[in-house]
Amino acid sequence: MFRVTTEPLSVQQVNDLVKRPTDGAVVTFDGIVRNNFDGRSVRYLEYEAYAAMAEKKLAEIGAEVQQKFAVGEIAMMHRIGRLEIGESSIVIAVAAPHRQAAFEACAYAMDRVKAEVPVWKKEFFADGADNWVNQNRL
Amino acid sequence: MQITVKLFALMREKAGTDTIPLEVPAGVALTQALAILVRQYPMLEPYMTHTRFSLRMDFVDPNTILAEGDELVLIPPVSGGA
Repeated sequence: MFRVTTEPLSVQQVNDLVKRPTDGAVVTFDGIVRNNFDGRSVRYLEYEAYAAMAEKKLAEIGAEVQQKFAVGEIAMMHRIGRLEIGESSIVIAVAAPHRQAAFEACAYAMDRVKAEVPVWKKEFFADGADNWVNQNRL
Repeated sequence: MQITVKLFALMREKAGTDTIPLEVPAGVALTQALAILVRQYPMLEPYMTHTRFSLRMDFVDPNTILAEGDELVLIPPVSGGA
């Protein structure tokens, strides 16, 4: 399952989506909203997405991961909207017969998400300032 | 012919809208449509260097020829994940 949602993410739910009796490992990545960036105190984040394309890209990355690694099912859920410190912004679960492929595939999937999926993060700082990440490179 | 330009994130805020109807010559290339866009919305010009482009939910080359009714989506550097 590959989805962009405004609802809170459940790590257990994403984990359970990929489990199969043939797979001995599930590696789940839980991306968390952190309270700091570059030494500045962060109050909360807002994520915006081109949701239809983001879900399509997540599915394409899933297919790519299954081509590249000896893995079974993969699921990726990205949350958008306002997220508080400590909440999950993305959950990726990869099942595989053996752990090594699951670890590698999960890390690879996350790298691909950060490069290809049209989702944007805006930070709101404690001092009242805000910033769209990576978008002021002129 | 008419196309629609969709904006997200910082460019959406700078332009003050997420949807721009744009009149362009028939058979125009994406880059030429952008030139027309930034003449009308000069505040977007500084961000174009790092922007990617999407048609029908796929990234496309800037030399792509546009068709009537196309929805051209400007994709600024992405920052999803955690």
